[in-house]
Amino acid sequence: MRHGRTAPQWHLQEGPGIWRLGGALRLQDLEELWPQLRRQLKAGDALSLHDLRECDGAGAAMLFELQQGGIRFTDLPDELARKLSQLQPQRPLPEARSTPAGNAISRLGRRVAQLIELWQTQVAFVGALLLALRNVAPQARTLRLREVWRLCNDAGTNALPIVSLIALLLGVILAFQSALPMRQFGAEVFVANLLGLSLVRELSPLMMAILLSGRTGAAYAAELGTMKVNEEINALITFGIDPLRFLVLPRLIACTLMAPVLTVFAELIGLFGGALVMKGFGIPFSTFMNQVASAVDVSDFVSGIAKSAIYGLEIAGIGCLFGLSAGNGASAVGQATTRAVVYMLVTLVVTDGLFAVVYYLMGW
Amino acid sequence: MSLIDVRDLTCRYGSRTILQDVSFSVTAGEVLAILGGSGCGKSTLLKHLIGLYPPASGSICIGGDEFVGAQSTTRQRILRRIGVMYQSGALFGSMSVLDNVRLPLETFTRLDARAIETLARLKLRQVGLEDFAELFPAELSGGMQKRAAIARAMVLDPQILFLDEPSAGLDPLTSAGLDKLIRELAASQGMTFVVVTHELASINAIADRAIMLDRSVQGIIATGSPAELATHPDPLVSGFFRREAPARAQ
Repeated sequence: MRHGRTAPQWHLQEGPGIWRLGGALRLQDLEELWPQLRRQLKAGDALSLHDLRECDGAGAAMLFELQQGGIRFTDLPDELARKLSQLQPQRPLPEARSTPAGNAISRLGRRVAQLIELWQTQVAFVGALLLALRNVAPQARTLRLREVWRLCNDAGTNALPIVSLIALLLGVILAFQSALPMRQFGAEVFVANLLGLSLVRELSPLMMAILLSGRTGAAYAAELGTMKVNEEINALITFGIDPLRFLVLPRLIACTLMAPVLTVFAELIGLFGGALVMKGFGIPFSTFMNQVASAVDVSDFVSGIAKSAIYGLEIAGIGCLFGLSAGNGASAVGQATTRAVVYMLVTLVVTDGLFAVVYYLMGW
Repeated sequence: MSLIDVRDLTCRYGSRTILQDVSFSVTAGEVLAILGGSGCGKSTLLKHLIGLYPPASGSICIGGDEFVGAQSTTRQRILRRIGVMYQSGALFGSMSVLDNVRLPLETFTRLDARAIETLARLKLRQVGLEDFAELFPAELSGGMQKRAAIARAMVLDPQILFLDEPSAGLDPLTSAGLDKLIRELAASQGMTFVVVTHELASINAIADRAIMLDRSVQGIIATGSPAELATHPDPLVSGFFRREAPARAQ
């Protein structure tokens, strides 16, 4: 029989009591031959390699596997014998090791243990941060204010275009969607109340926090993760510089300061978008603004701002924590960033729920 | 017979000329070292030889095919003849060592999964990493990463292996182990090696022939066996082997 996709490179013959394999054994020619030999040869069969004129590494690997399966070689050319002996045919290859998945209970146990470990890490991180804050408080000049300013610029000023776009669309969509049904009752003017309250108390802080998570929090995780992989964090430690004070505190401060600023900005832009839509429904700007002012009081405004400051703190903290906990290699940075963003979003939603309960109890 | 034939190769980054009219050839089964001080264009030459950058002018013939300006089919044919080990190893961090070695086989052959597994594990055995197949690159030492990178580079049985600074950052013992591996592979597989290095011990241990580049002439200043270069009349060349700083740099 003669085979080979492009040109015949090998030939296999069955003779009396012995198989003969000749020609050239090269990687590109083994796709058919390898499974065929596995099928046709049985343990104890003899295979003459007398006519084999060429054999590359892949060919040698195939012969190795046949030898492991109990096939005996005869007339082995010297060069091939050397190649085969280099593969140590007396030692079988190790079996593929698979991680035991375990049953549902053990998987659940592992997951719970991971969660507990994560919580422990978080508690330790918060503790270390408080310690760093306490140390930096009496000597505020050791805080890198220029770095804080740069980070504020990055998280705040540079985010203004995307914040403007999202907030404007939010205001426009919300106003439009509310105005249509309310028009049926002649209550379009109250869209301003709805818009004012929902934007100031809930939507602007939450939307800005989500935006900040994706834009700034993810960047913190990736940046610190890369620094960890490049051993820059180790370099800081060996200099005697606390990475928390040097890297984390400036980010925490910048993010905590910028989140409320962005929120206020988003509220104004959102209200402007709503006012534009309501103008189309015959509600003048002045009427719209009067309605907003009557509906929104200081406690609503303060509650939104307080919320967004806490969101900012959480986003920076989680981004930095996951960045600093990244493993080694490029994929570890990607994993850390993904986990950080997911964790930020979950934390934001949970915190929002807690705020709702607290504000309710406070009568806000 | 020349397996690699480089003629009048000029390499530029933008308007900056790194190498000017470089010509040399590599015969089949030879281990050629490309040497020179830092910034002389060793890695630049390698990157042009493996087709990462197009040269400003000149010709690179690999296995009789012209690489410069080659069409897709010819380019693929040439790329199948070469394997490359990068200075950092360049293993894919999200894959285990075994998966790194398996990847080219899964991409470029139609071998069944069992054959691919056998082949990949045998390549790892050849570089002494059989027991580390399931680990991820980040879990390996620098020397092991380079060994794994060699296993990956040679898994498709290329005719030529290009190695960029294989000994860089390794301790002398690991470095000597890697040199031994290269010699063994050259002897047992008949592979041709082009090795960029400035490690004297490695050059003496592995190279059949070496070409030395120099920044001032933007090209080759000497060619020969390591022993010949060590006694070369040009003090810049022999000084390199005696680890003496050139007079003009002092």
